[in-house]
Amino acid sequence: MEGFLHQVLAGLATGGIYASLALALVMIYQATHLVNFAQGEMAMFATYIAWSLVNAGMPYWIAFGLTVGISFFIGILIERVVIRPVENAPVLAVVVVFIALLVILNSVTGWIYTYTIKSFPSPFPQEMALGRYMSPHEVGAIGVTLVVLLLLFAFFRFTPLGLALRAAAQNPVSARLVGIRVGWMLALGWGLAAAIGAVAGMMVAPIVYLDPNMMGGILLYAFAAALVGGIDSPMGAVIGGFLVGVLENVLGAFVIGNELKLSVALVLIIGVLLVKPSGLFGRVHVTRV
Amino acid sequence: MKRNLFLLVVLLLVACALPFLVSNYRTFQLTLVLVYAIALLGLNILTGYNGQISLGHGAFYALGAYCAAILMDKAGMPYWATVPIAGAVCLVAGFLFGLPALRLEGLYLALATFALGVSMPQLLKYHHLEKWTGGVQGIVIPKPEAPFGIPLNADRWLYFFTLAVTLVMFLLAWNLLRGRVGRALVAIRDQHIAAEAMGVDNALYKSLAFGVSAMYTGVAGALGAIAVQFVAPDSFNIFLSIIFLVGIVVGGLASIPGALYGALFIQFMPNIADEISKAAPWAIFGIFMIGFVYLMPTGVAGAIRLLLAKRRGAP
Repeated sequence: MEGFLHQVLAGLATGGIYASLALALVMIYQATHLVNFAQGEMAMFATYIAWSLVNAGMPYWIAFGLTVGISFFIGILIERVVIRPVENAPVLAVVVVFIALLVILNSVTGWIYTYTIKSFPSPFPQEMALGRYMSPHEVGAIGVTLVVLLLLFAFFRFTPLGLALRAAAQNPVSARLVGIRVGWMLALGWGLAAAIGAVAGMMVAPIVYLDPNMMGGILLYAFAAALVGGIDSPMGAVIGGFLVGVLENVLGAFVIGNELKLSVALVLIIGVLLVKPSGLFGRVHVTRV
Repeated sequence: MKRNLFLLVVLLLVACALPFLVSNYRTFQLTLVLVYAIALLGLNILTGYNGQISLGHGAFYALGAYCAAILMDKAGMPYWATVPIAGAVCLVAGFLFGLPALRLEGLYLALATFALGVSMPQLLKYHHLEKWTGGVQGIVIPKPEAPFGIPLNADRWLYFFTLAVTLVMFLLAWNLLRGRVGRALVAIRDQHIAAEAMGVDNALYKSLAFGVSAMYTGVAGALGAIAVQFVAPDSFNIFLSIIFLVGIVVGGLASIPGALYGALFIQFMPNIADEISKAAPWAIFGIFMIGFVYLMPTGVAGAIRLLLAKRRGAP
C-alpha cells in the first residue's frame, strides 16, 4: 500500500510537469489550432539557457525569472519569423515546419552545449515536509505548476489583455473588428506557451538530467495529457497532466514495467483520439459540410 | 513519352555502371540510396498522394528490418526470401494501423504516428521480446554473397539485388498511381467529401494507402538491414521518421522520381555536412525543410518539372 501511495505521489509530481507542458500545447492550440511539435525542444532550449545563467553564478530564482522572460521573447520571435508565413498553409506544411523547428533547436543546442549529460540544480531545500513519500523537489514542482496555473487563470480571467487573447482565439474576425490586433495576440500566445514550457523544462531537468533529447518522452506524455483533458481546455490539460503522470507511474511500477512506459502514452493518445477525440473537458467540434 | 523512356534507359545504364566505377564503400552508400528511395516512395504514397501525414514511418522501417533480421538469424532463411515476408508483415501492420487512423485527420494523425515513432525503440527493447530481437544489442546478420558463382563482390551483388527490387517497386507504384487507384487517392487528399460523393470508398482507400505505404517502407527496412548487416532499437528512433519526412519534402511531394532525389539528399547531405559538426546535418535538414516549404513546396521534382516545362514552352 505504501509503495502504491508513493507511486501515486511521485506520479503527481511528474504529472505536474506534463501538465505545464500540456498547458503550453493547449495555449498554442487555442490560439492557432495547431499542435506544436517543437514545444518540448523549446522548453529544452530554455532549460539550457537557465543552466548557463546558474552556472555563471546567478542565484537560482533570478535565473528562473530571466529564463522565463527570455523564453517569452523567443516564443514571440519564432511565431513572427517562422510560423507566420505558414499560418494559412495546408496542415502538412505546418507540421513540416514544426518538425523542422524541433530538429533545428535540438541540433543547435547540441552544437552549443554538446551532447554530454549535465545535472541541473533543484531550487528546493533538501529538508521539507512529506519527505517520507515525496522528495522536496517533487513537492516543489507540484507547487510551481499550481502557481503557474493560478497566474494564468487570473491573467485570462481578470486582465483586459487576457480577454483580448481569448477573443482573438475564439473569434478572430470579430476580435479584429473591435480593434484587437489578432496577429499580435497569436504571437503573445506563443510567447506565453514558450514561457510555460520553460518552467516545465526547469522543473523536469533535475529529475531527468539535462541533455538535448531529454524532452522527447515528456513531450509525448504532454500530448497524451492534452488529449486526455481535451486539447482546447486549459483546465483539462492540467487535470490530464496529473492523470497521465499517475497512470504512467502506477502502470510502470505494477503492471507493465518501466520498459514500456512510453507505450502508455502511445496507447493513451490513440485510445483517446479513437474513443473520445474531444477529451474529458474539450468541446465537440462539428464541421459544416 | 518516348523521350521519358529514353531518359529512363540512360538512367538505368548509369545505375548499372556506377558500382564498377566507385569504391565498395560508395557502392554500399548507393545501395542505401536505393533503400531510402523505396521507403520514401512508400511515405509519398501515403503523405504525398493521399494526404495522410505520417511522422512514424521509421516504425514500419524498423518492423521490416527486424522481420528480415529475425528470419535470417533465428529461422535461417536466405536473405532474398525475407524481403517479401517483411513486406507482407508490414502490409498487414500498416493496414491495421490505418484502420484507427481513418478517424484521425491531419494534425491528429501526425500526433498519433509521432507517438508511434517515439515509442518504437522502447517496444523493440522490451525484455519479453529479447529472445527474438536481441534487446539493446540488436542482431548482427551475415553479408550475402553473390550466388551461382556470379563474379561480383558482396557489395556490388547487394547493390544489383537492391536495384532489381527498387525497379520492381517503382514499376508497381507507377502502375498503381497513374490509374484509378492513384486518382482516387489524390481525390481523397484534395477533397474527401467530394470524393466520397463520387463513389470513392474513403475508408477502404485510406487504409489501403496506409498498408501499401507501410509495405514499401517495410521492404526498404528489410533491404536496409541486409545492407547494414545489423539492426538495433536505437537506430530506429523518431529521427529516422523525420529523415523520411525531410526526404519527401525535399524530393517532392506526390512525385515518383521525387523519391529518388530525396533519397540522394538524405544519404549524401550528412556526409558533406558532417565535416562541419556532428550536429550540423540536422540543423541543415531543418533549414532545408523550412526553406522548401516556403520557397519550393513541390520539392526538387517540382522544380525540375517547371524547368522542363519552361524550356518546352519557349523554344
